[in-house]
Amino acid sequence: MCSSRRRFLSSVAAGLAVCALPARARELPVVKLAFIDPLTGPFAAVGQNQLQSWQFVADRVNRGNTAGVKFEIVPFDNKGAVQDTINAFQAAVDQGIRYVLQGDGSGAALALSKAVSRHNTRHPGKEVVYLNYAAVDPALTGSDCSFWHFALQPSVPMTLQAMTDDIRNRPQIKRVYLIEQDYSFGHQVAKYAREMLALKRPDVQIVGEDFVALGQVKDFSPYIAKVQAARADCIITANWGPDLTLLIKAAQQSGLKADLYTFYASSLGAPSEIGPHDAGRVKLVYYSNPNLPGVLQSLEQGFRDKYKQDFSVPVTYTGLALLTAAMTKARSIEPLKVAQAMEGLTFHTFNGEVTLRAADHQLLQPIYLSSWQPVSKANPYDVENTGYTFALERTYPPDKTTLPAQCTMQRPLTTLVYPVQPPKITASKVSGSD
Amino acid sequence: MDTLLLSTLNGLSYSLLLLLLVSGLTLIFSLLGVLNFAHGSFYMLGAYLAWQSGQWLGFWGGLLLAPLGVALLAGGFEIAVLRRLRPQGHLPELLATFALGVVLVEAARLLWGSAAVPYAIPAALQGRLFRLGGLDFATYRGFVMAVALAALGLSWLLLRYSRIGLIVQAALTHARMVAALGHDVAAVQTAVFAAGAALSGLAGAVGAPLLVTEPDMAASMGVLLFAVLLIGGLGSLRGAVVGALVVGELQTLAVAVNGSLADVLLHLGWAAPAAWPARDGLLASLLHLDVARAAALLPYVLLLIVLVLRPQGLTRALGSDEAL
Repeated sequence: MCSSRRRFLSSVAAGLAVCALPARARELPVVKLAFIDPLTGPFAAVGQNQLQSWQFVADRVNRGNTAGVKFEIVPFDNKGAVQDTINAFQAAVDQGIRYVLQGDGSGAALALSKAVSRHNTRHPGKEVVYLNYAAVDPALTGSDCSFWHFALQPSVPMTLQAMTDDIRNRPQIKRVYLIEQDYSFGHQVAKYAREMLALKRPDVQIVGEDFVALGQVKDFSPYIAKVQAARADCIITANWGPDLTLLIKAAQQSGLKADLYTFYASSLGAPSEIGPHDAGRVKLVYYSNPNLPGVLQSLEQGFRDKYKQDFSVPVTYTGLALLTAAMTKARSIEPLKVAQAMEGLTFHTFNGEVTLRAADHQLLQPIYLSSWQPVSKANPYDVENTGYTFALERTYPPDKTTLPAQCTMQRPLTTLVYPVQPPKITASKVSGSD
Repeated sequence: MDTLLLSTLNGLSYSLLLLLLVSGLTLIFSLLGVLNFAHGSFYMLGAYLAWQSGQWLGFWGGLLLAPLGVALLAGGFEIAVLRRLRPQGHLPELLATFALGVVLVEAARLLWGSAAVPYAIPAALQGRLFRLGGLDFATYRGFVMAVALAALGLSWLLLRYSRIGLIVQAALTHARMVAALGHDVAAVQTAVFAAGAALSGLAGAVGAPLLVTEPDMAASMGVLLFAVLLIGGLGSLRGAVVGALVVGELQTLAVAVNGSLADVLLHLGWAAPAAWPARDGLLASLLHLDVARAAALLPYVLLLIVLVLRPQGLTRALGSDEAL
């Protein structure tokens, strides 16, 4: 009731401001966002939760926003596969959708980024913008960067900057074991972890490195046995989905005493497996912490009331905050103009003021180091009703984790601004070409 | 050494879980001549039923109720669908089980959602049985082994020495004769289908706390089951035992191996292939692939090799009418 009145009022305001049409004739423009991620297969649970998060945040933002638009999430199932991602993208384009959201799997993300660029070159005036809300392979903002791709989560080296920084301050860690998923992302994690540890803690030994087939391994106990045999005191893992849950489960059953530095311990289902046994030993290095004050608290509460699950994908809020801010700035929902407006944009989201770096379209935001602890006054959020929480230990502001941009971006020709008249072709040159 | 022993034991508990599943599949195939494609879904359903009823009755109640529930459902399906399709041959039956598998998974998704449910090890079975090489062997793994062995032993005794077992065995090879003697062969078939499904449900109920309870567990286990079945030899219980042990230990122990095919060749004194750069073509990258990285795929590689060299499976002699 209240929200419809607010929508009515804002549409009145928009109507008066733009062309003084009768208020009732003006509907808010609808921006459709194609969600392309696994809704079936081993990572279905992750994908479903992400979809719900996007829909939930869209509902929230649709109650009223500065851009005066409504967002609608249209789900597509890519089954976690590259080819299906491209097919889904094509289906979305055929439906006239101009914005795509994708995140699970850097392989799919790289292919999608290329497909979007190709589509945009071939169909000027019908460009599509790609918001990548989870894939973090540095190639996406580096060697394979694209003007149409926007990375909303810290890339692999940024997260590892924070992680290795913490290891530098903990001299008791001497032997590190890497367990990663066997695709480009996992290999990037292993590569940067080695490089950064060699730089920051040359005395630390990498005593083992295992790559597990994505979503295929059911019993992780042999990996844990290897970790123990290598006498490792710390595991670095960027596993996600069941590959993380099963790893934690196996470590616990074997009574492993090593620290676990994770990228995704807060993702759906993983906290339920950690339990009291691992208090203080599981670390999360992430762009969010469930105890952050402000808008995140109300989002978490609302999501829990609606879906009986934790709000574990807060980047969805950042995504729509970015779009709203850019659409407000551009006074348009046209993807090209919005993309240009997003470059270098500083806006406010649940983890403070953040900036989308123009050079490589990487969002620069704080990274939080948290540790699995019982719920306390300072850290009251009860994660997945376990009685435990990710207690905030350290905040790394963007300048501590950011690496120089390594992207030579091809911008669309229309963005070229000539300060003076474009150079004229002289007569001599014309005759010379004859 | 201790680590290897522990890994072997972990592999054994996983093998026994596989065996519990495959023996049910074998039983059904032997008697009905149908590959039950819904077997993975029965496994999933067992886990969910155990978890759901465990909410009201506690872990033990759930463990008891789950196989019964799965057996009831499977028996009903056999009577309502499979029996009617039987006159039309095995293909329609096979397709019907496939359809049932899909329906069960989607029903679970609707009922319980696609996220994993927190089906956990009960407090009484937490902790370790013993310690080996600085690591625990979980009590629950021992429990899984015990349950699997008990269920398998009981089924074996029942088949071998009881009157019902005698009729089932006779129905395997001489169905018409058994019918002529006044036994209800159709009822025997229903009972066997239900019993095979119950074993699968039990595997789900007892095994899921070690793994993850989610709708997708049906698909991921279902595929592996057929590999186990074919590696061991279709339709023989001995084959099921061999297949389950080989696959379970292969997946577990391969992880413990540090090295690649190139290292093996190097060890044998053939240095040339090891010198190929790892990024140079498919063959070279295969040679340099760590065995541990391929662990999850090894059962399928083995399946291909077995199918080419010994299509009847590792144990079964081709063409023999070995009954279970």
